[in-house]
Amino acid sequence: MLSVTEHKDINFSSDLVKQFDDIVTRYPEGKQKAGLLPILHLVQAEYGWVSPEAMDKVAAYLNIQPIEVYEVATFYTMFFLRPQGKFVLEVCRTGPCCLVGAEKIMTHIEKSLGVKEGEVTSDGKFSWRGVECLAACGMAPVLQIGPEYTFYEKLTEQSVDQLIEDLKNKI
Amino acid sequence: MSEKVKVTIDGITVDVEPGTSILNAARQIGGDIVPPAMCYYSKLEGSGGKCRTCLVKVSKGSEKDPRPMPKLVASCRTGVMDGMEVQNITSPEVIEARKGVVEILLINHPLDCPVCDQAGECHLQDLSYEHGVANTRYEFERRTFDRIDIGDKIQLHMTRCILCYRCVYVADQLTDSRQHGILGRGDASEISTYIEKAIDNDFSGNVIDVCPVGALTDRTFRFKNRVWFSKPVDAHRHCPTCKGKVTLWYKGEEVLRVTGRKDEFGEVEDFICNTCRFETKNTKDWVIEGPRQISHKSVISSNHYEMVPLPVIKQNPALMEANKIEFDRASKI
Amino acid sequence: MARKLLLEHINVPGINTFDVYRQNGGYRSVEKALKTMSPDAIVEEVKTSGLRGRGGAGFPTGMKWSFLAKPEGKERYLVCNADESEPGTFKDRYLMTYIPHLLIEGMIVSSFALGAKTSYIYVRGEMMPQIRILERAIAEAKNAGFLGKNILGSGYDLELYVQPGGGAYICGEETALIESLEGKRGNPRIKPPFPAISGVWACPTVVNNVETIAAVVPIINDGGEEYAKIGIGRSTGTKLISASGNLNKPGVYEIDLGVPVEEFLYSDEYCGGIANGKRLKAVVAGGSSVPILPANLILKTVNNEARLMSYESLSDGGFQSGSMLGSGGLIAFDEDQCIVRNTWNFARFYHHESCGQCSPCREGTGWMEKVLHRLEYGHGKMSDIDLLVDVAKKIEGNTICPLGDAAAWPVASAIRHFRDEFEWHVTNPKEAMERNYGLAKYADPLPKLEEVSQ
Repeated sequence: MLSVTEHKDINFSSDLVKQFDDIVTRYPEGKQKAGLLPILHLVQAEYGWVSPEAMDKVAAYLNIQPIEVYEVATFYTMFFLRPQGKFVLEVCRTGPCCLVGAEKIMTHIEKSLGVKEGEVTSDGKFSWRGVECLAACGMAPVLQIGPEYTFYEKLTEQSVDQLIEDLKNKI
Repeated sequence: MSEKVKVTIDGITVDVEPGTSILNAARQIGGDIVPPAMCYYSKLEGSGGKCRTCLVKVSKGSEKDPRPMPKLVASCRTGVMDGMEVQNITSPEVIEARKGVVEILLINHPLDCPVCDQAGECHLQDLSYEHGVANTRYEFERRTFDRIDIGDKIQLHMTRCILCYRCVYVADQLTDSRQHGILGRGDASEISTYIEKAIDNDFSGNVIDVCPVGALTDRTFRFKNRVWFSKPVDAHRHCPTCKGKVTLWYKGEEVLRVTGRKDEFGEVEDFICNTCRFETKNTKDWVIEGPRQISHKSVISSNHYEMVPLPVIKQNPALMEANKIEFDRASKI
Repeated sequence: MARKLLLEHINVPGINTFDVYRQNGGYRSVEKALKTMSPDAIVEEVKTSGLRGRGGAGFPTGMKWSFLAKPEGKERYLVCNADESEPGTFKDRYLMTYIPHLLIEGMIVSSFALGAKTSYIYVRGEMMPQIRILERAIAEAKNAGFLGKNILGSGYDLELYVQPGGGAYICGEETALIESLEGKRGNPRIKPPFPAISGVWACPTVVNNVETIAAVVPIINDGGEEYAKIGIGRSTGTKLISASGNLNKPGVYEIDLGVPVEEFLYSDEYCGGIANGKRLKAVVAGGSSVPILPANLILKTVNNEARLMSYESLSDGGFQSGSMLGSGGLIAFDEDQCIVRNTWNFARFYHHESCGQCSPCREGTGWMEKVLHRLEYGHGKMSDIDLLVDVAKKIEGNTICPLGDAAAWPVASAIRHFRDEFEWHVTNPKEAMERNYGLAKYADPLPKLEEVSQ
């Protein structure tokens, strides 16, 4: 259970709502709940995570109970329920990637960023975590970065260093 | 009415309505062949299939297609077919699988029966006593959660939960808006409201009655008494919200708690409203019907002091003495 | 080199665009199907082809289609399962990235055959780039009149949408996928009723894997009979194999079913042998869920016949000495890999991905992971090995969906074939932390079976 101390009121931009409107037309009349996952993805892309306030707003938009949104958001691992760094490095940690050194890459990332899995760097720019199979085992080891889930494959310690350096210079 | 179908469970044949589940067919026969059910609740639509304690073997699919089913099936969610033959307690495979399910249900259960209000009417307790093994092979830390008060009447102790989903169905089917649900995934799933929130509506108290374990308990009854020291009495009142048919649990003159009337399978006959359950705890609120019949197997029926010494023993001093010793021992436990 | 059916034009520059795809013979099957064939004739053609589900279960696709209920006045749906998340499998990602129109083409033909007016492609959320690719491809196809109202003047209408998942392996199970598509938690449904009767929004639904849908295109173009000529026995046609692990050339390969495993692993046409000149220790042949086999058993069956890449040959010997083709995700382990560590890794995966709905899987997967972790980190006991076998047995077959089986099989098979290595972890805990068990006898030629006199 989450204890919410301050309640921040948020309002979805009209552009975002327009995208929601487009999504719910994909389903038959009255089945708008099916739009929940794509809408949560949009919300996360906009705010960096899905806050309880945002979920309440989504529930109101889809005309469902807030708990139905919480249930779904906590089930799927892609949704962040806490604020994250601007760039979240998600490294695959499953079998085939580990055969070719994913564990080494994770240790290296931990050392380079100086934060443990799930934590955010002090400048708020980075966080990282191990995730389960990303279905790219032939290009292992791999990592992805949201919200567009850009893919980086055949990682080496050098290529990870380069990637972090590039991201640091990004605004 | 459509024609009845014939189904044989552990060698006993019964005619049931088409569409009946194997479990309900077995309940019509009754006795030891009824598979245990931790998550199925006949009054809650869509419940069942999750706990896997009611697994049975279908050794003959039907008269038309006599092939056996390849896997054990959940009897609560499998419909009977005409000529179906089912093995429950006559199948070693079923007994073994059930033992496995019980062990697995218990690995993360705190086994805190001595301090649990549900003890004595806990389905998990009965289940593990009947189908489990005495020792556990689990040697790791058990999953724990903090206790949460969902409003001032109900307490949620998630550590004891077996995730049967019954309380979720209650909220879905008896109330206008569900406020609690299953959060998280896998063995990190929990029943919760996500944001601390009281569950507040007329029928929310029924989650206590449907909970098979001590995860959802009545705060107004908490630590007041052991269920086997209280005396169940059927009573009714005119209630504008529900049917008002309840069981009152007395200790002396005092009504300690009010529950729905539970049948031999632990299911209430009618769901009751929160006013009946929490607000009307005086004898004068009720019309008393008489003592509630509780199965002689239940620990709740075990405190009948007046039965000792039994009449037949009165003539035999040796047996009288033995009976006294036995009684002392039993009352100590 | 065998003929490619799916990846024939994969190297043509710009094949991911509608125009290039069309110039290379794309969307011919849509024209043929909509203009000259009835829906039933298409289903018959797929039946004739012997095509089997490419997602892992290998159920005959034509038969699955013929089960679809067709009540009056109820919509029917086709849902493409692109929730590819089985460790070792990445063929669908490849196909959607490089030749998305093949999937769209297959979806149009299949939807027409099933009478679906709205179809969905459920793509795992992590594949956001592929979702964008598919959305663009759909827009192109719609622009060219292959989607939307009255396709090619045939009077058939079809809308096709891409639905993202949210990160859950379990949504690859068809009823969990349906739940997820409806915007709910991905808890598998209890069957019956099967999706063919009551699927998405309680309407009759067919769920098919990406590769299965794509394979419909060559079947319609060339005819089911031609397709059935490829392959061996009941394993007809071509199959995409995702090869990963310690190989010289990991990647996606389209093979005729029936290629010997040895040829696939070692020939330069395919994987090109084991990386860094090492020796092969073990292979998982069809994605992490299928039983792992030591090198000697993957190359030869117990009867000393060459093992082939086909549904039947890979499962030869049952679970005693065989495995399964599954989704075609082949993972190769070289001599320096630790089987205990890998088994723990897979157990962690299933523990993480269990939906938590039914008890044996929810609690059992976590238990197995903890015991395996203890073994791998040198605190194991000899009795742990039998405990694992027993817990796996308690999960297998007792759950709502096949995830329980998928979690139990890798553990049970690893202990069945690599028990020595598990025991060595218990007897030599210090050494096990520093070095690997090595190849041992896992690649030795199989002993000759003793002749039984009649």
